[in-house]
Parts: sequence; structure tokens; C-alpha cells
Amino acid sequence: MMRIQLIGLWGIVERNVYLVRRYFWWELAFFVWTVANTLTITFIAKGVQATGGHLDVQRTTTALLIGAVIWSYLGIIFEVLTETVAWERWEGTIEYTFMAPLARAVHLGGMGLFAVLYGVVRTMLLFAVVAMFFGLTLQQADYMTAIVLLAVASVSFVGLGMVTAVLPLISPEKGAQLGFIAQGLLLVYYPVSVMPQWMQWLATISPATYALRGIRAAILDGASISAVSGDIWPLLVLGVVSIPLGLVVFRAGERYAKRHGKLKRSG
Amino acid sequence: MQALEVVSLQKSFGRRRKRAPAPAIALAGVSFEVARGECVAVLGQNGSGKSTLIRALSTLVLPDSGTARVFGHDVVREDREVRRLVNRVSVEASFFKRMSATENLSYSARFYGLTPAQTRTAIPEILDRVGFPATRAVEPMQQLSRGMQQKVALARSMLTSPVLLLLDEPTTGLDPRSKREVQEFISGMRERHDTTILLCTHDMAEAQSLAERVGILHAGRMLALAPAAELLERFGAEDLEAAFFTATGAELQDDPEETTR
Repeated sequence: MMRIQLIGLWGIVERNVYLVRRYFWWELAFFVWTVANTLTITFIAKGVQATGGHLDVQRTTTALLIGAVIWSYLGIIFEVLTETVAWERWEGTIEYTFMAPLARAVHLGGMGLFAVLYGVVRTMLLFAVVAMFFGLTLQQADYMTAIVLLAVASVSFVGLGMVTAVLPLISPEKGAQLGFIAQGLLLVYYPVSVMPQWMQWLATISPATYALRGIRAAILDGASISAVSGDIWPLLVLGVVSIPLGLVVFRAGERYAKRHGKLKRSG
Repeated sequence: MQALEVVSLQKSFGRRRKRAPAPAIALAGVSFEVARGECVAVLGQNGSGKSTLIRALSTLVLPDSGTARVFGHDVVREDREVRRLVNRVSVEASFFKRMSATENLSYSARFYGLTPAQTRTAIPEILDRVGFPATRAVEPMQQLSRGMQQKVALARSMLTSPVLLLLDEPTTGLDPRSKREVQEFISGMRERHDTTILLCTHDMAEAQSLAERVGILHAGRMLALAPAAELLERFGAEDLEAAFFTATGAELQDDPEETTR
């Protein structure tokens, strides 16, 4: 039984690889768009200096770059997971996929696995391409710590992605947009301390807060894994909570959709 | 044990707000049985409840009340077991349009535990059996005709060896040749695999030629279910179209106000 589920999980990853291949030129166009978008943010530091501001341009540029890259990574995770429903509905395959004997946890797990693999590749490419524009020297960076933080944070991101994945099932028209709003609440560009009090509270339950703080410390200051343990353990807790939460919410959404006849191609 | 046992199945759709219109009743207490290896056709207009019935049996819609069992498994409580036994072909072929027939079939097959090594041989075999040219198996689905796509849909359903096959207007919109080929494949499949078939259709001739019994579903109620000859006798009709009209007071091709659910 487990073997069948694992083959199904591989089937989800495999299908997404097929789609990336079949939509290669779109992939390329979106990557270029993401590079341009990231550049507009990372040039802010140089822009501030050029207009008379005083700041450590290299450090600020790197901090902004990390924020933009993590934002892009989050975007990929949320987008891929939201497509669990949205893309299948658009193609008309949703009924066939949801009537297959695949456990929903495996189905969503396959989407999450692909999202992380695809997101890591895209994010590394993005970081490398944008870093070239600024000639950033990151000799002190501890990349291993950054990767560990990203890996641990990914569990929470996938769990939250599962929650947003259900939105297009409940509301075909507005679901995807609500997913983007949820992503927007994960605060990536500024220190949490500059936000209003209610947003600071929100930030304490956002995995992005800990991932960004830890990754910035690792890249900018060369912080080791033990030095960022204060950011790793909240990520572990959030990961343990968010995956079951995501599954419970998705299953509840699926039941709602089945009760109200929304689990179909036209919504 | 019956292949399919449906007892007083009810389903309505509609908002539960005070000012909302009355809920649309899709199934109003449908009951019937299908024996193992039997083919039963259900005739009904758009909005008669055919698609809701198929979707409830596919575990995609939760009924309000009543029960449906597939080889003894309840479609609500034992949905995973039911999904292993059932597959379907609907009026829309429904594929990832940029992916090829082979890629789409691989995707579907994995859910049922078929490994890449198994599908490398099984997919060309099944495509050959439905009369799909091997040279086109790597083309994106969007480049294929409706008839070709429907053959791939049949291949998809058979690849997983279902014991109950749900066909929801599988030949609607096909040209006469493709329609005949699909119907021949369905007949052949029953002979080879002992598959039980529930066929929802508009097509009287199709119902009569493929099914042992024909049901008339109207406004969510199964008005009759019997061999075609018995229906003709019961309603004093010369053909199924006349029998349908006598039973329902409506032409099969008429579009009632309610939409298909």
C-alpha cells in the first residue's frame, strides 16, 4: 500500500517536471521577470546613496537581495501548491485527480516536494544572477547554515501553502488571489521592529521572520548553525504544527467542495 | 454482491441563505442495482441528474442522504476503496493540454501504482488497442482531434483496470466514425475484462446497442429501469425515444431550465 502511495507521489513530481518542460519558454519569461523585479528592490540601496543618504550599500543590498530571493522562493512554494487545485481545474483534470486512490496527504506532499526542489533551483539561479549585477563579495557567508535554515523553513512554508491551496477549491474566482494576500502577510523586506504592533505579533507566527533573520545572519555575518539556533527551533515548531494544520484545513475544504458541488472543472 | 447498489440517493444544490432561491434538486431519491459485468444505460435530459449521479459514485459529490455502494464499499465512508475500483470517461476528455498522450497517461497511471517500467510497455499497448496511432503519442494533446482525445480518455480509464466504469456521454460531439470506434471499444472491453459499466447518454441507439438494461432518469428520479424491449412494451412505444417521451412528457434533447449539475 505504501509502495503505491510513493509511486503516486513520484507521479505528482513527474507531472510537474513535464509541465516545466512543456512550458519552457514561459518559465524563461517568468524567470527574467523575477530577475527584473528583484533588481528593482536591490537597487534601492544604491539609489538611497545616490540621493544623499548614508548607509552601508553592500550590506543593505545583500539584505534586500536575501529578502527578495526568499520572497521569490515563498512565491514559488505558494504558487505550486495553489496550483494543486487551480491548474487542475483550468485544465479540466481536477475530477480525475481527486477521484484517484491517492491519499490527500501524499498528493499535497508530492506538490510540496516538487515546490521545494523547483524553488531551490530557481532561487539559487536568481541569487547568482542578481548578485552578479552588484559584484557582491560574500566571503564571510556561511552558506551551509543558510541552506539548513531554508530547508527547515520550507516545511512550514509547505504547510502554509497547503492552507492556501484549498482556497481555489472553496472559491474558484477569488481563491488564488487570497493565496497571494497570505503570502504578502509573511513580511520579508524590513526588520519586524519597524512594523505596527499587530504586524509584529503576526510576524512571531510567520516562519519567514525566523528564516530571514537566520539567513541574513548566516550570509552577512557568517553565523553558524549553533549561532542561529534561536531561529531554528521556532521553525521546527512551526513546521510540526503547520503540516497537520494544512492537511486538516485542506480536507475540510475538500469536504465543503464535495458537499456544495464545487469539486468540478467549471467550479 | 451487486457491483453497484444505490438506495434512495438524494442531492440538492443551492445556497443556504434566507433570500436564496430554493435549492435545485439533482437527485430525488434514486434507487437501482447493477450486477457484476452488466452494462446499464441511463437516459436523461441535461439537468436530469445524470452527471451528479456519476460524480457521487466517483466520490466527488457527497450525497445529502441515501447510500451508494460499489462492490459493497460505501462511497462516502469507504471512498478510498471505491476509488481503487472505479474509473470514468466523461463528455470532456480533460487532459493537460500541453502534455502528450503518453505523459498524461503516465500521470494518471502513477496514482494507481503503475511504475515507469510498467507504463513503458502498458501505455503503447493500450493506445494500440483503442486505435490510437503510436506516432502521435508524443504530441501535445491540444493538437489532437476530439475523437483522438476521447480515445486517450478511454485508454486512461482502462489503464487502471477498473471493475466499474462510469461513462458520462462518452461519444457526445464525436464524428460518426470516432463514435462507432469508441462504442466498439466499449463492447470489446466488456467481453475481455468483465467490466461493469454505467453509461449515461443522450443517444438512444447507443443505449440500446451497448446496454442490457436502460434507465430513464428525469428530474432526479429514476422513472424506469428495464431491458429496452420491456420499456417499449411498458410504454407502448415503437422506439426508445417514444418511450422516453411517454415516461417523462419531454423530448430527450430538450433543454430544461435547470443546468447540468
